[in-house]
Amino acid sequence: MKQKTDQHLFEDYNRQLKKEKKVVLTWQLAILIFFIALWEIASRFYWIDPLLFSSPTKVIDLLITRFANGSIFSHVSITLFETILGFIIGTIGGILIAIMLWTSARFSKVMDPYLVVFNAMPKVALGPILIVAFGPGYFSIIAMGFIISVIVTTLVVYSAFNEVDPNYEKVLRSFGASKSQIFKEAIFPAALPAMISTLKVNVGLSWVGVIVGEYLVSKEGLGYLIIYGFQVFDFTLVMASLVIIAILAAIMYKIVERIETWLIKHTT
Amino acid sequence: MSFLTLDHVSHHYFSKNGFTKALDNISLSVKEGEFISLLGPSGCGKSTILSIIAGIMKQTAGDVFLQQKLISNTDLSIGYMLQQDYLFPWKTIIDNVLLGPRIQNQFTEETRSRALELLDVVGLPNVAEKYPSALSGGMRQRVALVRTLINNPKLLLLDEPFSALDYQTKLKLENLVAKLFKTYHKTAILVTHDIGEAIAMSDRVFIMNANPGSIAKVFEVPIELRNETPILVRKHQKYQLLFDKIWEELDKKESASKVVF
Repeated sequence: MKQKTDQHLFEDYNRQLKKEKKVVLTWQLAILIFFIALWEIASRFYWIDPLLFSSPTKVIDLLITRFANGSIFSHVSITLFETILGFIIGTIGGILIAIMLWTSARFSKVMDPYLVVFNAMPKVALGPILIVAFGPGYFSIIAMGFIISVIVTTLVVYSAFNEVDPNYEKVLRSFGASKSQIFKEAIFPAALPAMISTLKVNVGLSWVGVIVGEYLVSKEGLGYLIIYGFQVFDFTLVMASLVIIAILAAIMYKIVERIETWLIKHTT
Repeated sequence: MSFLTLDHVSHHYFSKNGFTKALDNISLSVKEGEFISLLGPSGCGKSTILSIIAGIMKQTAGDVFLQQKLISNTDLSIGYMLQQDYLFPWKTIIDNVLLGPRIQNQFTEETRSRALELLDVVGLPNVAEKYPSALSGGMRQRVALVRTLINNPKLLLLDEPFSALDYQTKLKLENLVAKLFKTYHKTAILVTHDIGEAIAMSDRVFIMNANPGSIAKVFEVPIELRNETPILVRKHQKYQLLFDKIWEELDKKESASKVVF
């Protein structure tokens, strides 16, 4: 008898959980539909200027034709390529710099003011210099994606290294461990969760860097489409590009989140 | 012959605004197989002494000899056990235990079977593949003990290793450590602020002054108590006598320091 009631309570709890999930999802969909409907209606009834703000149906039409004739793919793939590369180089670069800072206390002291200035500086302002240095092409755009995420990564990871409980180091040193052994056995694994969480931040930052980079120089890519649409007054194109960026950025974020859960599960 | 000797050891902690003297002219010697305790208020530099003996810290004055040789670098024959277990949470129990041999590149299959054997001895036969989070505080501290013993150190430094445990676990662990150290004939230095623990575990008890840390008085533990297990020692009549004497000594110190403040 008691067993059954326990089971019942558990089922009730599960049902409650599912119900809550459904309610939340319903609201999320409702907001989306409401927003799109409002946009469409406002545009049809000229509450907003349809020339400037376009409308969902026009955006969808454009997306369908562009995808059907394939002319959008080169833009999507180039932007994705730049973003992923900027993201990877920025993350790895940041971690490597953090390792160097950890290895030498003196190097860290020397670098401190430069890091502060570089961190405080709006990286986007470096755009023109990057273009001069790397030429108006992928390189400057990837460099922009890199530069915008590398410093944040460095600072976050370096402080994670420093926050590792010094007693782990003490244990290792009592066994006569070298600096690199201390790093490998204690510092790196202990700071891994912090490193992984910078991945998520960096996804967003790389998108910022790459889109801004494309604003400045490119002849292709989603950032280019936005600027081009703006210049020729084709706001349907601007909106369509924004929709694609939003979807891609969300997908990339989700993938990184998956990687994060997997890494945490398999390393701790 | 003395096994470990501290010869006029002093230590200063320097900072921008000046320095504090943590240890002042500490001289003591420990015989092989002897178990001594350092007992004193917090801030008397007990842990600093251990770090210096372990070679993790370099004293600012004086010399430390282990078997008549200067301790210049971390000597592999010293095992260090901390207040908390500090097991690495991302490593399994067996990997935690084998940390020392792996770091020193002395890992062999024999070491592994020795590790499993030692885990068995401390009453943890089936935990090798588990992670530390699956173990209770007392079990974890026993794993830490095995991690310290696996290198077969000649000298063991125990920095309040029982203080984070509940009373019952603590007594059981004291028993285990006392038994193990006696069978393997280990020399050990225990840092503690628990008078009972100091008496129950050791052959000699060093009472320390604080600010700066120095040795105030040394008590010999009566021979009748040395051969008992820590739990039984606490029931002995002579235990109470010694306890009272040490208590008085510490109390005197406390009231004296109050006058100063």
